[in-house]
Amino acid sequence: MTSTVDTAADASRSTPPSGLIAVARAPGWVRYALLAVGLAVAAWLPNGLYPAVAVDILCWALFAVAVDLLLGFTGLMSFGHAAFWGTSAYVTGLVAIHAGLPFPLAVLAGALAAALLAVPIGYLAVKRTGIYFAMVTLAFAQMVYYVANEWRSVTQGENGLQGVPRSFFGLDLTDDYYFYYAILPIVLLGLAAAWRIVHSPFGRVLVGIRDNPARARALGYPVHRYKLTAFVLSGFIAGLGGGLFAVGHRFVSLDVLHWTTSGKAVIVVVLGGIGTLWGGVLGAGIVVRLEDWLSFSGFEAIGLVTGGIFVLVVVLFRRGIWGTVADLARRLAVTRRG
Amino acid sequence: MSGFAQNTFNGLVSGAFYALLALGLAVIFGMLRVVNFAHGAFYMLGAFGAYVLLTEVGVPFWAALVIMPVGLGLLGMALERAVIHRLTKLDPLYNFLLTFGLTLILQDLVKLRYGVQSSPYETPSLLSGSVNFGLFDFPTYRVFILGFAVLLCVAVWWVLTRTRIGMVVRASTERPDLTRAFGIDVGRWVTPVFGFGIGLASLAGVLAAPMRAVNPLMGADLIIVVFAVVVIGGLGSIFGSVAAGFGIGLVQAWGEAYLSAFPIVSQTIVFVVMAGVLLWRPAGLFGREEAPA
Repeated sequence: MTSTVDTAADASRSTPPSGLIAVARAPGWVRYALLAVGLAVAAWLPNGLYPAVAVDILCWALFAVAVDLLLGFTGLMSFGHAAFWGTSAYVTGLVAIHAGLPFPLAVLAGALAAALLAVPIGYLAVKRTGIYFAMVTLAFAQMVYYVANEWRSVTQGENGLQGVPRSFFGLDLTDDYYFYYAILPIVLLGLAAAWRIVHSPFGRVLVGIRDNPARARALGYPVHRYKLTAFVLSGFIAGLGGGLFAVGHRFVSLDVLHWTTSGKAVIVVVLGGIGTLWGGVLGAGIVVRLEDWLSFSGFEAIGLVTGGIFVLVVVLFRRGIWGTVADLARRLAVTRRG
Repeated sequence: MSGFAQNTFNGLVSGAFYALLALGLAVIFGMLRVVNFAHGAFYMLGAFGAYVLLTEVGVPFWAALVIMPVGLGLLGMALERAVIHRLTKLDPLYNFLLTFGLTLILQDLVKLRYGVQSSPYETPSLLSGSVNFGLFDFPTYRVFILGFAVLLCVAVWWVLTRTRIGMVVRASTERPDLTRAFGIDVGRWVTPVFGFGIGLASLAGVLAAPMRAVNPLMGADLIIVVFAVVVIGGLGSIFGSVAAGFGIGLVQAWGEAYLSAFPIVSQTIVFVVMAGVLLWRPAGLFGREEAPA
């Protein structure tokens, strides 16, 4: 076995067809109904949950979709996406504190910084595939973590950036409930962008590269450049999430760059379903809600539960939630027709 | 001059830990195609086990040096049989995720019981003090670690290249199908090799106990550096992994000593070297070229 075998190529081979394809093939009314339900849930969320948790779910949804863009649609498992999430969190925080810009502009600055950082890291990382890609991204993310840890004059080291403002043209957004609705359009825009990327000709080429890099190359596609572009786009979307996360918490700590954050993003995607895009959103909701519940009930060893989810999902539930449901729905449709 | 010798010596000692961990990773990867994220956790368990054995049971360092690698090696074999084995036919990324999850669990179990503060471990009396090598004194314990690690690496190399078991393991690594066709039961060797790799990590942990702070997080940050080390050396190459381990130890120690104006250098230099290697030889210094992708 050579290491050119890509992740999602295997994942999709063991779980055909991916949830996204199942949805895309579903009748039009099913797709619109799903979209309507999704939007309704998004609009209702802070009424049913603690609003701060709802804000976290939105941010993590962007993060998960960014990771899935690479893992599910390009066949690259980034185990260092905390680098982009965290860099954007810090840059957003610094811009918001020192320049006093309205928060969407600060978040945009953060996401652009994340995309900029993704250029050199992506350039080096796409030289390897499979498990090596995971190790290389993990290592570079750790480097970013060390730099942030040492660069205390800017990042405040272990104290973290305190008092990130939520300025927005004089509107009072201190209440998490209203802040949720303020960021919802930005998050939906990010998710729509991810959907657009996947369904564009560019996205089809990415899937082609994922399934058969040699053929894509033979057809004349510059494989490395496509992967790098996907990596930078993914870094930008992860950065959007990280920036909003910083403004949401009004505080940035080193945790946003830690390797456990990168790992959590990957497991959120696997739990939701690799290559399903919206599965990641679902996974984000579940994991964030669960962690909040655990810390609220005074349980200290959250890693025990997150680690347990990792093991269970990987051993028993590799298709993820979305993948399993889509598969069931498809089988049901086939039986009814037959 | 003596400063240089001292820095070089210290670099080789920290390189010895990288080398032992990278060696275990490489052996496991060769046989199972599994990149074991939990390697760092087993290093931590080795050190913690030695600490618990000494303080709660009174078992001395020398006994721990045998008990922990054997015990944790057996635990590793059980783990391989129970879960890792189920995923080896799939993409290696699944086992990476699985062992990542195991790392979080093991780390938090230790944290739950012993907290996050570091615990001191006394250097065994036989190895306290220092050795004089002409120019200046070296701590005896560090000389012991270096000698022990080099000896171990040579022994593993000898087993792999000069014995029948080594031949089988190498053959199964290179061409499992063909090896099977010769009537050799490849599957039989998978579990022991995994246990052996875990044993090496635990051994490194016991060795680290008297020298480094024993705490639940000691393995996690180290393993990421070791990942960079094996990317530099080429994970497929056992020699490359060991050589890169010692090399990175040296580079870090020199960087720390001669670029002390920039404290960030010693922490990040390994990643800079990795970036350079990816530019120059993407497959690693001793690795084989991958098929173009």
